[in-house]
Order: sequence, then structure tokens, then C-alpha cells
Amino acid sequence: MLSIKNLHAEVEGKKILNGLNLEIKSGEVHAIMGPNGSGKSTLAAVLAGNDAFDVTEGSVTFKGQDLFEMEPDARSHAGVFLAFQYPVEIPGVSNINFLKAAINERREALGLERMAAKEFLAMVREKAKLVELDNKLTNRSVNEGFSGGEKKRNEIFQMAMLEPTLAILDETDSGLDIDALRIVANGVNQLRSADRSFIVVTHYQRLLDYIIPDFVHVLFNGQIVKTGGKDLALELEEKGYDWIKKEQNEIPA
Amino acid sequence: MANNEDALLKEVTGKEYKYGFTTNIQSDKAPLGLNEDIIRFISAKKSEPEWMLDFRLESYRRWLEMKEPEWAHVKYPKPDFQNIYYYSAPQQKKKLGSLDEVDPELLDTFKKLGISVDEQKRLTGVAIDFVMDSVSVATSFKEKLGELGIIFCSFSEAVQKYPELVRKYMGTVVPKNDNFYAALNSAVFTDGSFAYIPKGVRCPMELSTYFRINEAQTGQFERTLVIADQGSYVSYLEGCTAPMRDENQLHAAVVELIALDDAEIKYSTVQNWYPGNAEGKGGVFNFVTKRGLCETNAKISWTQVETGSAVTWKYPSCILKGDNSIGEFYSVAVTNNHQQADTGTKMIHIGKNTKSTIISKGISAGQSNNSYRGLVKINKSATNARNFSQCDSLLMGDRCGAHTFPYIEVGNSSAKVEHEATTSKIGEDQIFYCLQRGISEEKAISLIVNGYCKDVLNKLPMEFAVEAQKLLDISLEGSVG
Repeated sequence: MLSIKNLHAEVEGKKILNGLNLEIKSGEVHAIMGPNGSGKSTLAAVLAGNDAFDVTEGSVTFKGQDLFEMEPDARSHAGVFLAFQYPVEIPGVSNINFLKAAINERREALGLERMAAKEFLAMVREKAKLVELDNKLTNRSVNEGFSGGEKKRNEIFQMAMLEPTLAILDETDSGLDIDALRIVANGVNQLRSADRSFIVVTHYQRLLDYIIPDFVHVLFNGQIVKTGGKDLALELEEKGYDWIKKEQNEIPA
Repeated sequence: MANNEDALLKEVTGKEYKYGFTTNIQSDKAPLGLNEDIIRFISAKKSEPEWMLDFRLESYRRWLEMKEPEWAHVKYPKPDFQNIYYYSAPQQKKKLGSLDEVDPELLDTFKKLGISVDEQKRLTGVAIDFVMDSVSVATSFKEKLGELGIIFCSFSEAVQKYPELVRKYMGTVVPKNDNFYAALNSAVFTDGSFAYIPKGVRCPMELSTYFRINEAQTGQFERTLVIADQGSYVSYLEGCTAPMRDENQLHAAVVELIALDDAEIKYSTVQNWYPGNAEGKGGVFNFVTKRGLCETNAKISWTQVETGSAVTWKYPSCILKGDNSIGEFYSVAVTNNHQQADTGTKMIHIGKNTKSTIISKGISAGQSNNSYRGLVKINKSATNARNFSQCDSLLMGDRCGAHTFPYIEVGNSSAKVEHEATTSKIGEDQIFYCLQRGISEEKAISLIVNGYCKDVLNKLPMEFAVEAQKLLDISLEGSVG
């Protein structure tokens, strides 16, 4: 359902993605790993439509549509969700109002009726349980005063509410302690389905102990240089990124 | 110089000047310009009692001695005071056949504000071909007020029907020589609103200028006087969200509020002045003097959401004269394109145990300039005074400006004064976060701005709050950049 062909992208003139190729089918979980600066977060940002990044070459097809022809909010309506690495705070706008606006804009775009308040609140209660987010937090302003763990859980809560078909998790595990990690991973696992695909961007293998991927790709210098099953992540953990660098002749053997 | 000449002329012609002046009283319009003759003309046209004419003349003479103030952080072409018609009879607005004859842009704004078709017709002067509900609503409204002894009428009517009340209180909160524009207003004011709430009466509904203004156009020099007698309560609404089109550029109104012992006045303003064309030319200059006086245990709160005028210069203030009195100021001031605002409040603490709260939210967009200027003055006599001020500025884009000029003068060491200020920008990353969740940029800004103004919008009476939110959305349209 997602087809990335020869993707080149840069930021402020600096080339980050250099011909990335990736195919993702419905229901699959793909992990993207790689050293700092390899382009992992750039990939996430480009797919979401962050215009700070320029796409210089290549194409991305999402469910048969040209993704780059779509504005960021249209991509969201089509089913793309990005769990941000650093979720931003929006003071004065409650989580509830924010999600209500998001859900209803999507419905409007898809020609559906707006969600009734009762239905909405019931959904909030149900989904908040997935990531153990209590009432107090759902009524607060978006991410305002949230701890790092709470922010990441809020991202997964929003994902649960918006029910995307392509969920991109950008270093969702960064800054989380083991308990928070477990809660987040549990939430994600509960959202796995045959209709939903995941791109899990991460540095560390640890998250993949909980969210078991179907495929692991290693990103290096803006390209996918190695693809394997979940064992590849374990191998990386053992050998470190130097192993990849050597293979790519970046470091003398 | 002019003053001397006028005085000399008066001396020479004496009484004759009062009763027979050169201008034809039958004419609908006074000649262009301003002099004592014109003022007498205005007063005679309105059949005012002698004391009112004297009030006007004294104000005019003081005005002549005053200089136009230049300390505000705004730039504008100085009005030519001799190039204004200071009186024209309330005309019947030219009746239009249908809404098709109305400026389509204006209609578009009405639609966005959710103003009903009937209301649109009323506001644009389109002939109404059936009796509107609002007419009967206005009638029953007046009946109810009458039963409770509440007076709510035009200022001119009050001068005729309730002269003792007007004479007793007019000019006590804003003296005629208070400032340049107040003096001018005191000399040439045309009309406005008058409200009196009797002792112990709680006004059961919001008093709205909607019900007072029928066909008359908004006056340039409006005068409003609201008196809440002991133990009474009134919530007064001024303005409407429909863009106020006015040929007159200068708006110099005066509003005086008097809350006697244990009384409370809530004064809310939601105003959308016509901003002129895209370059801001022809926009309204809104120079208003608004002040309230609190006696013992009394409370006055000003809540305002204003946008649109080319230049805004106003400081709704409270004089906390009585012990335990409370003054509040909640404001959202939006400037966009080339608009300029220098606005704020003055809280003067005189009695004991007085409290004041100031929450000011400025939003600047485009190339506008938005300044908050506030004074918290704690007199020597004001033992145990408390003040909390929060002045926030929100900048949208990088070509606009926000400035804060807080003045704090404390003359009593038992006072507690707190001042907080924040400046923020709507971050691109906040917008992108909303976009990624499927919220359009327009809606994202609306959410963020409304969240920012929540504290103020919550203070407005409900119907006004909904209108105010829509108004904010419209004023910031196209401000992203």
C-alpha cells in the first residue's frame, strides 16, 4: 500500500535521502534503523509532508495515489499518521477539542457526518485506556505540562482515535523508561491489524522486543542498505552500526 | 487666539447669540466646521436645557486650550476638526430593494459570522417586507424593563425625561477636561445610551444597544452613561460583530459607568470596525474614553473583543474609590494588515481592600502594531490593595509588532501587585502538528487563537462569546505567513 521509489530529499541544501526504496504491504510492520544522521526522521517528515524538507527526486505512492500531490492534512485524511519524536505543545487547546476537530475534519473530507458528542466521548474513554492515559490528561491542553512519557502515550492515544492505515512512529521510544516503553508498545500492538501498516523508526533494538517487526531495514547515508527479518535487529545490537559502516566501506575493515 | 475672538464676539453680541444664530435651525445639517455657533445649533436642535448647553460650551472652551496628544504608539493623519459635520439629522437610511444591491464582500462577511438573512437586511437597510420578530421582541423587552423601573433609552431622551439623573452624574467620571477627545466629545456629542438600574434591582436580561439603535447611523461622538444604584446589577452589551461601515473616520465616544454601593456593572464590547480597503485607507479611528467609578463594595468589569479599526486608542478604566471595590479588565485586541492599536486600562486604587484584575491578550498579524499600555496606581490611602495583571502578546508572522508599556505606581506599602507578561508566536511546528492530524491551517489558527483568548472569551455573555469567536476567525483570515 506504500511504494517509495528512488526518493531523494534534502534540507537547506543538504542531501539527506539519496535514493531510498521501500515497499510496504497492508498489515506489515517495518522497522527502520540506522545511525544518527542516516535520514530516519527525514523519511518520516517527508512522508508526512513537512515542507522544511525538499523532495528533489523520486515518487511515493500511497494506496495508488501520488502522496506528493497531497497537502499534509489531505494525507492525514487519506490515513497517514505520524507519531512525532518531539510532540509540540499547544496551550489553550484541549486534547479533546483538538481531537474532535481532527476527527470531524477527516469525516467532512470523506463526506461523512460529524461524530456525535456522546459517541466521541465514549471513544475517548475507550482509547485512553489503551495507553493508560487518565481523564485529567485528556482534558488538559495538548501536551502542555506533559512528561516525556505522557507525550509519547498521547501520540499513541491520538493514533488510536484517528485510526490511520499507515502509522509512522518516529523514535517513539526515545526518552522513555522501561515502564512507559511497555505501555506505549502495548498500545501499538493492540492497534495492529490487517488493514494497518506501521513504519517504526528507531535507534535501539529494545523497542523491537515489544513491537515485533515483520521487516527490519537499515538506513545508511540516505539509502536502505540492508533488509532482513526481526533477527537483523538483534544482529545490529550485537555488532553495532560500525558493522554496517564497514560493509559500506565507510570504515576500513 | 480663536478662543479670544470667540469670547470677544460673545461679549459683544451677548444674549442675541443664544437665540438667534446665523445658521438656519430648520436645516438638517450644520455647516462644516466647529465653533460655538455650531454647538448652540446642536443644542437647540435637540431642545436641550440650558445647563446642557453650558456643559457643552465649557467643554468646547477647554478643548480649544488643549493640544492633541501625541504620546501613543500610533501614527495617523491628524483629523481636520474643521472638516467635519458636527450635526446631521438622523436620516432614514436609503432603502435598498434587496440584498443583491449590497456589497457582496459585506454579505460574505455576514455569512461567515452566521448572521441571519433577516438580520443582514436590517443591517444594510434593505426594506423588510414582513414584520420581523425582533420588533416584537424589542417591545416586550422594553415592557419588562419598565415594570422593574429600569430606564434604558437614548441619551438624548434621557436629557429630556430624566434631567436630574443625567445632570447629577454626567461628567463625574470623565470630566470635560479629562483629555482632548473627551473634551471634544463633551462639546459635540450627538447621542448614545443611558441606563439607570434602581436600588436592589437585578436587570433580568442583557441590555444591548441592538435594541436601541433602529435606523440611526452610529454617531461619531457617542455618549453613554450607565448608573447602577445601590445593590443593583446590570450586564450591558455594546456593539455587534457585523462590520460597522461608517463614512465618518473619527469615533470619539465617552462611556461613563457608575456603580454605587454594592452594585455591579458588567460592560461587554464586541466590535468589528470597518478596516477600510486592503491598504487600510478609510478605516475607522477609534478614540474612546471609557471609565467606571466604584463605590463601596461595588464591582465593574470591562470585557472587550475588538478588531477592525485602523487606529485604536482606548483605556477602559476603573476608579476603585469605595472600600472593597473590584475592577476587572479582560481584553482581546486584534490588529492585522496595517492596523495599529494602543490600548489598555487604568486601575486606580483609592479605597481600602480594593482588587483589580487585568487580562490583556494582544494578537498582531500582517504588518500591524499592537501596544498594551496599562496603569496600576495604588494611592497612599489604598491600604491592602491587590492587583493581578497578565499581558500576553501573540505574534503571527514576522512583520508585525507587539509592545507593552506597563506603569505601576504604588503609594502604599501594604499593596500586592503582580504582573506577568508573555510573548509568543504561533509556531510553524504547531501548525504542522495540526496539519498532520488532518486539521486545516485555517482551522488550526482558529483553534490556537481561541485557546489563547479563552480566558477573555469566557467572560463574555454567551451569545457574544460565540460571535466573538467567529469574529476572531475572520479577522485573522489570510494572516498566515
